[in-house]
Amino acid sequence: METIYAICVGAMTTGGVFLVLRGYTFAVVLGLTLLSYAVNLFLFASGNLKIDAAAILGESESYADPLPQALVLTAIVIGFAMTAFALILALRARSDLGNDHVDGKTVIYDELGQNSANQRGENQ
Amino acid sequence: MTLFWIPVLALLGTLVPLLTYRFGRRTTLATTVIAPAASLFLVLSLLPDVYAGQVFMWQHEWIPAAGLTLSFQMDGLGLLFCLLILGIGLLVILYARYYLSEKDHMGRFYAYLILFMTAMLGIVLSDNLLQLWFFWELTSISSFLLISFWSHKTEARKGARMALTITGAGGLALLAAFILMAEVTGTYSLREILASGDMLRDSSLYPAIIALFLLGAFTKSAQFPFHFWLPHAMAAPTPVSAYLHSATMVKAGVFMLARFYPVLSGTDLWFTVVSIVGLSTLLLGAYTALFKHDLKGLLAYSTISHLGLITLLFGLDTRMAAIAAVFHIINHAVFKASLFMAAGIIDHESGSRDMRQLNGLWKYMPYTATLAMVAAASMAGVPLLNGFLSKEMLFAETLHQTTLGSLSWLIPVLATVGGALAVAYSLRFIHDVFFNGEPINLPKTPHEPPRYMRVPVEVLVVICLLVGVVPNFAVGDLLNTAAGAVLQAPLPEFSLAVWHGFNIPLLMSLLAVAGGAVLYLNRRHLFGLQGQFADIDAKYEFERSVQWVTRKAVAVQALFDNGKLQRYVIMLVLLALAGAGWPLIQLADVNGSVEPTKADMPMVAGAIILVIGTVLTVLYSHLRLLALIMISIVGLMVAIAFAYFSAPDLALTQLSVEVATIILFLLALYYLPQRTPLKESSIQRIVRDFGIASAVGAVVGTLCYAMLTRPLDSISGFFLENSKTGGGGTNVVNVILVDFRGFDTMGEITVLGIAALGIYKLLAGMRLYLPAADHEGQAWSKDKNPLMLAVVSQSLLPLALLVSAYIFLRGHNMPGGGFIAGLITAIALVQQYVAHGSSWMKARLNLPYHVLIAVGLLLSIGAGLGSWLFGRPFLTTWFDYFYLPLIGKFELASALVFDLGVYFTVIGATLLILANLGQLNSAERPRIGVR
Repeated sequence: METIYAICVGAMTTGGVFLVLRGYTFAVVLGLTLLSYAVNLFLFASGNLKIDAAAILGESESYADPLPQALVLTAIVIGFAMTAFALILALRARSDLGNDHVDGKTVIYDELGQNSANQRGENQ
Repeated sequence: MTLFWIPVLALLGTLVPLLTYRFGRRTTLATTVIAPAASLFLVLSLLPDVYAGQVFMWQHEWIPAAGLTLSFQMDGLGLLFCLLILGIGLLVILYARYYLSEKDHMGRFYAYLILFMTAMLGIVLSDNLLQLWFFWELTSISSFLLISFWSHKTEARKGARMALTITGAGGLALLAAFILMAEVTGTYSLREILASGDMLRDSSLYPAIIALFLLGAFTKSAQFPFHFWLPHAMAAPTPVSAYLHSATMVKAGVFMLARFYPVLSGTDLWFTVVSIVGLSTLLLGAYTALFKHDLKGLLAYSTISHLGLITLLFGLDTRMAAIAAVFHIINHAVFKASLFMAAGIIDHESGSRDMRQLNGLWKYMPYTATLAMVAAASMAGVPLLNGFLSKEMLFAETLHQTTLGSLSWLIPVLATVGGALAVAYSLRFIHDVFFNGEPINLPKTPHEPPRYMRVPVEVLVVICLLVGVVPNFAVGDLLNTAAGAVLQAPLPEFSLAVWHGFNIPLLMSLLAVAGGAVLYLNRRHLFGLQGQFADIDAKYEFERSVQWVTRKAVAVQALFDNGKLQRYVIMLVLLALAGAGWPLIQLADVNGSVEPTKADMPMVAGAIILVIGTVLTVLYSHLRLLALIMISIVGLMVAIAFAYFSAPDLALTQLSVEVATIILFLLALYYLPQRTPLKESSIQRIVRDFGIASAVGAVVGTLCYAMLTRPLDSISGFFLENSKTGGGGTNVVNVILVDFRGFDTMGEITVLGIAALGIYKLLAGMRLYLPAADHEGQAWSKDKNPLMLAVVSQSLLPLALLVSAYIFLRGHNMPGGGFIAGLITAIALVQQYVAHGSSWMKARLNLPYHVLIAVGLLLSIGAGLGSWLFGRPFLTTWFDYFYLPLIGKFELASALVFDLGVYFTVIGATLLILANLGQLNSAERPRIGVR
């Protein structure tokens, strides 16, 4: 069980890091999301894995470790805020720079063969 | 406590001019003087006791564990400086009222000036060395603000920067010296260090301490070779020069010499370095002053020279010399401040400071001229004025010196030369400006200044005369007390009389006066001689070195920062990889002592789905919508994993966050290109990135496995035991969030609120291209808000709200709580936005989400503060059980209020993000400056 769990965490980390290293903002945000899943699972594991343990007092003798759970709970919410911030930053960059590359420099032709710089022009 | 209020009153006074500025200059002046005057009154109230030898102490433990104490002390030396700082400060405030023009922001000027005053008071009154250092740096910063007050002038900005660089760098050296002193003595308390001189002098660190300490003191007091910043600081308005660059800030350096005189002096190293630096500065300053055509330039170099004189006195190995140094600190502050003010008057009323233009002003402003001449005579050391007395003392002390061995005879000779130069430049100040023909091309016709602009000069000149004629009556007690504090020992016998009979010091004085007169009469030849030397302007040298450093820094930075995000990420990832990988290499066996558990079928199935989801997310990442669907599978599996491993709270949170995240992504995708260009990265780059990513994944996975197979040593036992009895809840996770670690949670919801506000600001004024069709060219559906969805979601809303209320209320004892309930409510509302559009929602629910965040934060802070009312620490939970008919026994806890704050903040933040993103292309879109 521990092996499988570790493989899952490792796989998600790999995917997350790979996507974070890509050049377009959408992939980077996807990667950040994957990474935060992996990190949350990793932190959660620091309380060790227990199946059918009690989360509420008085239900059973064996309790799941509540401390990592509390930490991860807030981490999930903060992770949401971070993802949202990164995503809106990406939108803003596209709005101000005319493309969605992470460096905001390259001129990019999208699927319809339109130059993003022109799109910006149309918009104004 | 009186002691505490002296600097603190001044600090509060900093705000006064900013508040009263709008009521006119007169009101500003009247209100600004209140705080310094009150401080001065407090100082005077302590004066009799300090004269009697008492040392006042006030302290407050701040962080005892780190040895940080807020502490003030006042002895004779502190008293003397307080009087100088506050007395001259008040005169300068009065003077500046007339000096500043209508265009200058007087409130800002006074605020800076009083901030500086606070900093100076802090230096002379601090007991804790780190605190002292803080105020020391504050003087550098406030003087930067004052020098650059006329920031439209280049020389003001450059002069300010130079002063800040030099004194700031010296400040760092001083900090290092303080830390070393504390290392040796084991304390940061000044009073205790003053008692451990032998320990310091015997320490092997003593030379390092001396070097660093003197660097700090010499840069501040403009000693050679760091003197060059002071003339450039003259770009400041003249009241600033009168205050900072004559009476106070440059005196901070010599104050430091005086303060640590009993513990650091007494060695050959001290005497040699301090006396040579002082002597060189004395001569160099006096010589350069003679050739300056700018009135303030002359005074600046004269100040450097006099500071050198004081330094020299501290470097002479007799106790009388230290007394003379203290005496000269007083005298110099008084006559130099009045001279600067007189120079300011001349500049103000004639429009020029150039002595080649200023001639014969006696006819136009005889009264000011008389005052200036008395002060200049004091600077030259003419009998019956205060400058004479301390100069005589210097001459007397130079006579019996052994510091320089058989070369010691040089000291009295060079001191006399310095005296002659001082007489020469003082003569020039008097003769060139007030006599010597007629003014040449002055912008204005000179005339006497307004009545009250002269008052500060008059006061100071009267003090010059008083001290000069009846020294014992005027400053006897003050000097005795201050010198006693400097020496930390009984004073030797000395008399302050004006007449000591015919003796060698008198002869030296006569020689100096005669020599000065001869020098001045032959000034034409001297100027000719000096003209043959190339003029070295420190400003250019300084700017050149600053630019060199900047260029190097830019070059170094370019190695790391090339504007490519992918490169930064790679560097970060590799660093993390090395940091986590290295210990794993050290670890011999990845298997710990815990036996691995056997996996069951659901677990294996879940893991397979999760991994496949991850792989597909990566593979389809260029087909963005598809990647989004894949990542939602991963998120879902994570939620299930939490549920499976006995963490229902986490599963609920993950599930609701997942929904919010996917909605967010969908909204964002609407404004972004639907697909990533296929030729996004070269194959080499993909292979390289995949290699790095796999390495990181392998390390993290191994780390996770190693962690899982090791026995758990957790502090959770405490939470499990005390959750019910101390926190009143059986859901330990929730009790940790709202009670045990409530402070953390508060920080976290604050971050959430800040992130939401940041996002709002980013969204405001954003303009985006809206595609008319998707990537396949199909038009979007015309029916924006389908009827089915509208009807279903509307009927679901009450149910969703009910569920969230239930989840919220049971949170303390069962899985649930503010976070989860807030997310559920937010998603239920977002669903209405999706189904009906934002105008429909606006008409029905006009909730200002910013306010909701604020209400949430205030509620949780209020719940924390509430416990103070009962004398308990911040965020202590109160709970009790009640009984109501029909409902039965129930529990009320103050943590519920806190959780309500969390609930509101989460709703506010989530909706602020999602609702505003959703209405980006509608009439309700966020705009800059409009809510």
